[in-house]
Amino acid sequence: MADIRLIEIKEDILSDNKDLADEIRDTLGGQNVFMLNLMASPGGGKTSLILNTIRRLKETVRIAVIEGDIDSVVDAEKVVKEGIPAVQLKTGGFCHLDASMIKLAVNEMDLAALDLLIIENIGNLVCPAEFDTGAHKQAMILSVPEGDDKPLKYPMMFSVCDVLVINKIDYLGISDFDMDAAKERVVKLNPKIKIIEVSCKTGQGIEEWTRWLEKEIKAYRNALAR
Amino acid sequence: MHELSVTESILNIVLKHAQANEAGKVLTIGLKIGELSELVGECIQHYFDYLSKGTIAEGAVLEIERAPVIFECTECKKTFQVSLGDTKDFTCPGCRGAKVTLVSGREFYIKDITIS
Repeated sequence: MADIRLIEIKEDILSDNKDLADEIRDTLGGQNVFMLNLMASPGGGKTSLILNTIRRLKETVRIAVIEGDIDSVVDAEKVVKEGIPAVQLKTGGFCHLDASMIKLAVNEMDLAALDLLIIENIGNLVCPAEFDTGAHKQAMILSVPEGDDKPLKYPMMFSVCDVLVINKIDYLGISDFDMDAAKERVVKLNPKIKIIEVSCKTGQGIEEWTRWLEKEIKAYRNALAR
Repeated sequence: MHELSVTESILNIVLKHAQANEAGKVLTIGLKIGELSELVGECIQHYFDYLSKGTIAEGAVLEIERAPVIFECTECKKTFQVSLGDTKDFTCPGCRGAKVTLVSGREFYIKDITIS
């Protein structure tokens, strides 16, 4: 009987995913394409925010969308209707998108004809937070009807994002959502996060959102040029 | 909810290191997972038992150590532990500062394995 040996490993469980995500960032960098990972609960307004973004920016920014869904192609159809290329990933039950799935979608894209690639992640505030997709910035939506306590329930998601869009502010008048409490909770988890209030329905705040996005794309390109 | 894909990664990494060390069998696998991660330990073991069938890691026991959620105050540099179940107050207990950075709680790695 051989001896029992202890082998030190200290290897990140998701290191393969991280390596693949870095590879995707290299590919995108080579073509000057900025990728945004958009996450939210089901019904938070991911597709609506993407459609609003397309309508406001499509004359100046060449956009494409990677749609992640457990099943169905309804979101991709909405995007294509706006004249924007979209790739639909059907995860067949998977709760998140990881770098290997995003790579498949990126390979389908004509990167030379793009400035901005938006990932619409699976509607879920838990799992997508753990997987690097190869995106340059992480965005999430919290919508007013979901409640101001969500940062307490899903701390990981709020702590990994660069920007939080608080959507459906047109509901504020008929909701007990406490905007100050929500923001305070989020900033405590993530002091660097940018918070933007919008209503995809009325269009309020969308300009501030697209300005943030344009500024990030510009900063990314400047960093690549250096 | 994504325990299956995580478990596949664990098995691949373990087998790689076990083979490199010419192991006949993997006995235990030590994991370090931060409290912020929503992974369910029992679930990982269950998937692992299923996925590792017929490999040298079949029957290995996963020993999961959860890393506590620890913040550091950006202002007074004090570190403090937060128990997620009890409190949602992330302000610094020393100076009541609200600017804090996470220093532990997101760990997600394989510490070590024992092999024979």
